[in-house]
Amino acid sequence: MGKTLVMVQIRKVKAMAKLILSMDGLVLKEIPLLKERMSIGRKAHNDIQIDNMAISGEHAAVVTILNDSFLEDLNSTNGTLVNGQSVKKHFLKDGDVIELGKYKMKYLAVPTAPGETADYDKSMLFQSGPLPDVATLGDPMLATTPQAAAGTAAPPAAAIQLLTGSNAGRELLLTKTLTTLGKPGTQVAVIARRPHGYFLTHVEGAKFPTVNGKLLGAQAHCLVDHDVIEIAGVKMEFFVKS
Amino acid sequence: MTNSLLGALEIAMRTDPGLVRGQNEDSVYADCDHGLAILADGMGGYQAGEVASNMATTLLSSRLEDAFKAGAMQLANRSSEQALAQQTLIEAIATVNSAIYHAAADQSRFGGMGTTLVAAVFCDDQLLVAHIGDSRLYRLRGEAFVVLTHDHSLLQEQIDSGEISAEEARYSVNRNLVTRAVGVDPDVEAEVHIHPVRPGDVYLLCSDGLYDMLEEGEIQHVLEMFGANLDLAAAQLIQRANDNGGEDNVSVVVVKVLREFPVASGRWAKLWSWFR
Repeated sequence: MGKTLVMVQIRKVKAMAKLILSMDGLVLKEIPLLKERMSIGRKAHNDIQIDNMAISGEHAAVVTILNDSFLEDLNSTNGTLVNGQSVKKHFLKDGDVIELGKYKMKYLAVPTAPGETADYDKSMLFQSGPLPDVATLGDPMLATTPQAAAGTAAPPAAAIQLLTGSNAGRELLLTKTLTTLGKPGTQVAVIARRPHGYFLTHVEGAKFPTVNGKLLGAQAHCLVDHDVIEIAGVKMEFFVKS
Repeated sequence: MTNSLLGALEIAMRTDPGLVRGQNEDSVYADCDHGLAILADGMGGYQAGEVASNMATTLLSSRLEDAFKAGAMQLANRSSEQALAQQTLIEAIATVNSAIYHAAADQSRFGGMGTTLVAAVFCDDQLLVAHIGDSRLYRLRGEAFVVLTHDHSLLQEQIDSGEISAEEARYSVNRNLVTRAVGVDPDVEAEVHIHPVRPGDVYLLCSDGLYDMLEEGEIQHVLEMFGANLDLAAAQLIQRANDNGGEDNVSVVVVKVLREFPVASGRWAKLWSWFR
């Protein structure tokens, strides 16, 4: 029993199909088909904007209904190809490659729930053996990482300056995602660096830190410029580096 | 005398749909007193994934707790006890598998549903881990953060066969293909291992929504920083995954071992049971 099971590949349904945008073999972006209609074009209002002169302002659209996606060329100047063929309207199949100018978009479908489709999926994957995509994705180091793809913005640089205690005057740059303050076992708080700011959270100890003289609650506190934090008897100031 | 774990473990868990998905197909379960932590990541469209993962955590926990109550963990010596615990776990998973398989076969709206599963049973200073699919169990011991499960996924097979490197795997588009799942076939083979447990260990059960969004070094960093406050650690892990895009459902169960929990064996156990 075990042997057959190892051969079987079950696609985990990730609820939505996606397009893999690439140029010259380099993967630029993974685009989940989140909306029923996703427009593709050069202008900024498109759901998928490709800022390139060879792309029309409103070039094409992908319409997804349940698990089926259709590609439609919106009378673009340079046309839309699917697997090398010029198309007006096209029912997308898993693995189809859409071409707009120098850009390529690979369509990855979502298998539907019923058993037949699962069987189709299994046999297809079994026959095709190792999936070919990985090698053709180009230099993995140049591809967008999940983090970068998500467009993680970094908050402005900030620091903590100690105001009291033996190290008064010392400055601590908040460059790490997490910075601990205080004394382990007595009172510990952490400043988390997040895309939209710096957040102070009490972690350990019966006594909670204060911010500008006010006791911190169980919730994370979003620090603002010149907040004065007191923890384990030491006062410190949070400030944003301009 | 059952699994005496009062005060031996601290557990925090959290599950979140993430930022992209409309529904949460993950399911988590934990019971400190019975030393049980379970996480499942469902698959199958239109709520079927939710049903599968919920069935997995609910059915498995109730089967195992029945087994504990029936005194299945009470035996004369350590090795036979371990063997029985292992057997109990494998049988419980087989029951769960067949329940999900039959539910899927009986009702077309559940057709094709299935789930990954990672289950941790703490007993007698040991950790019994069973897993199927790509949900993982990590251990933080001192400064060493290691994954104790081996994904049943196409990607892992490609890594094992040397086709791609672990670094390249981070960018693969094939991240969501599993080679084993609960409920998709009449039988399923769970991978079961036993690991010795030490006080101070921190264990993390998680779905791929966590480790796809967060590098292992970052996960370790959060566990180290928030080790004194597990609820915060769990919340922080989910927050980080969402800060990085939250592309999938994210679930975590964090277990900290506070003290040793040996089972008084043999005649001591029998004697003890007289006083209860």
